[in-house]
Amino acid sequence: MAKRSLLKRLGISGGTFVVAVPYIWLLLFFAVPFIIVLKISFSDIDLAIPPYKPLIESAGNHLIAIKLNFNNYFFLFTDSLYFSAFLNSIKVAFISTVLCLLVGYPMAYGIARSAPATRNILLLLVVLPFWTSLLLRVYAWIGLLKANGVINNVLQWMGLIDEPLPMLYTQFAMYIGIVYSYLPFMILPLYSNLEKMNWQLLEAAQDLGCRPWQSFYKITLPLSRNGILAGSMLVFIPAVGEFVIPALLGGPNALMIGRILWDEFFSNRAWPVASAVAILLLIVLVPFMMWYQSVQARESAGDGR
Amino acid sequence: MNERRSLFILCCLGFGFAFLYIPILSMVVFSFNASKLVTVWDSAHSPTLKWYAALLDNDEILDAAWISLKVAVINATGASILGMLAGFSLSRFSKFRGRFALNAMTTAPLVMPEVITGLSLLLTFVAMEQLIGWPAGRGLTTITIAHITFSMAFVTVVIQSRLATFDSALEEAAMDLGAHPMKVFFVITLPIIFPAILSGWLLAFTMSWDDLVISSFASGPGSSTLPMVVFSKVRLGVSPEINVLATITIAVVTLMMISVALWMARAARLDKARQ
Repeated sequence: MAKRSLLKRLGISGGTFVVAVPYIWLLLFFAVPFIIVLKISFSDIDLAIPPYKPLIESAGNHLIAIKLNFNNYFFLFTDSLYFSAFLNSIKVAFISTVLCLLVGYPMAYGIARSAPATRNILLLLVVLPFWTSLLLRVYAWIGLLKANGVINNVLQWMGLIDEPLPMLYTQFAMYIGIVYSYLPFMILPLYSNLEKMNWQLLEAAQDLGCRPWQSFYKITLPLSRNGILAGSMLVFIPAVGEFVIPALLGGPNALMIGRILWDEFFSNRAWPVASAVAILLLIVLVPFMMWYQSVQARESAGDGR
Repeated sequence: MNERRSLFILCCLGFGFAFLYIPILSMVVFSFNASKLVTVWDSAHSPTLKWYAALLDNDEILDAAWISLKVAVINATGASILGMLAGFSLSRFSKFRGRFALNAMTTAPLVMPEVITGLSLLLTFVAMEQLIGWPAGRGLTTITIAHITFSMAFVTVVIQSRLATFDSALEEAAMDLGAHPMKVFFVITLPIIFPAILSGWLLAFTMSWDDLVISSFASGPGSSTLPMVVFSKVRLGVSPEINVLATITIAVVTLMMISVALWMARAARLDKARQ
């Protein structure tokens, strides 16, 4: 009791401390940084270190001049390259999400309906690739897809093709890479949703004369809605800003916004332009993030349906 | 289950796992290939361990691996502590000011594109350096701070979901019997959620060990992490040493997963026996 009152006298209760430490860390390194990005997106490019001009300057006589430069945004809206990169990123992320769902749903369903012992092993097999390096797994596809790579060699050996198919550095390779890397993120939320499913509902539907596809469409699919949404967000949102996969597998004209941001920052040293790209990307993605959070809240509240 | 449908599901599972594992297995197989062309099997001289020896001689990769290891261990420890505090706050204190904001700040990093997180952290480090002179330049410190920030969110989720499923009545009973909250935490809560903390630690370690984008933004000269070195090599095409690196990674991860699974099964059995 004595100890507690000592802490109280210092004005720190244990509870406050527990909340405050992660809170301050996240404010400092997660929330404030976005304000700084917003600030830099309004400043001039400068040939200095760091390569931007300060936003707030003293103009003498106790005057402070704040210069907001909208040129970076203007530039993004006038150059069609950025606009088409935005559209293309959203398109690629959307198609990848649908493909992940098509591959992942039957897998999650199969795992959820198998015997508990096999279920754990299958889950482990889904998670295992995720624990090995993403970079190395994307790299593996270079070896499979390139001109004298495994797939072309096998197809030529079987006599199906004479010339190696150009697969690496194409849209096709990029889609494969994204679906491959993000598949576990689709399967896991789907599985944890389907695992809670009351399968007797399906038996009841069948007893009442429902065809299997009908009962899937009318019962399983609507009941797993939250799992589908959560998995889709976990794939779609990061895929829009993906850099590594388009950089390694996509062609030189694979315009993805994450890659443009990277090039503006590292190759052109145009930090303000990169910041403006980041802000626009955030504006596009924040509604999806809020949607994801509300889906998560509903799912953990347990009703969800 | 309907016969035809279960066959369909079985095919999907087979196809899905083949899709997940063929690339991984191909790296393992070709790491023993003697040919420098990597994917063209040189049956006269293979299998060989010569690329394993080459990797052990490659100072660039070994130095980068050492840097990555240091960052990953510090990151995992820091992220586990912060993630544990955040997860505990969110699941045990139902109402406090700013709960919504804390929840949002621990959910957003899970889906935030890495280029945005990396850029924003770098600009923050630069601004802080101008303002208070710390961190001076960029290197291991800034990489570690950046990694803790994005990986603690994952630890928080793991801990939070563990705490949500375990009955807080145990904690309340101990409290009613007069135990100090700190004692309750260390004697009751901590041992029960320990497996979750361990998996959170391993998760944070892996994320840091594997991260390319955020490290590239937060690093300075002379602090290239392993993924940064691998990326610059891989951009030029396939390389036999990278296959060896991949094989070693896969072997370590597989062994670790199996031992964790066995350890957990044993703990569960002991638990049952005790009851």
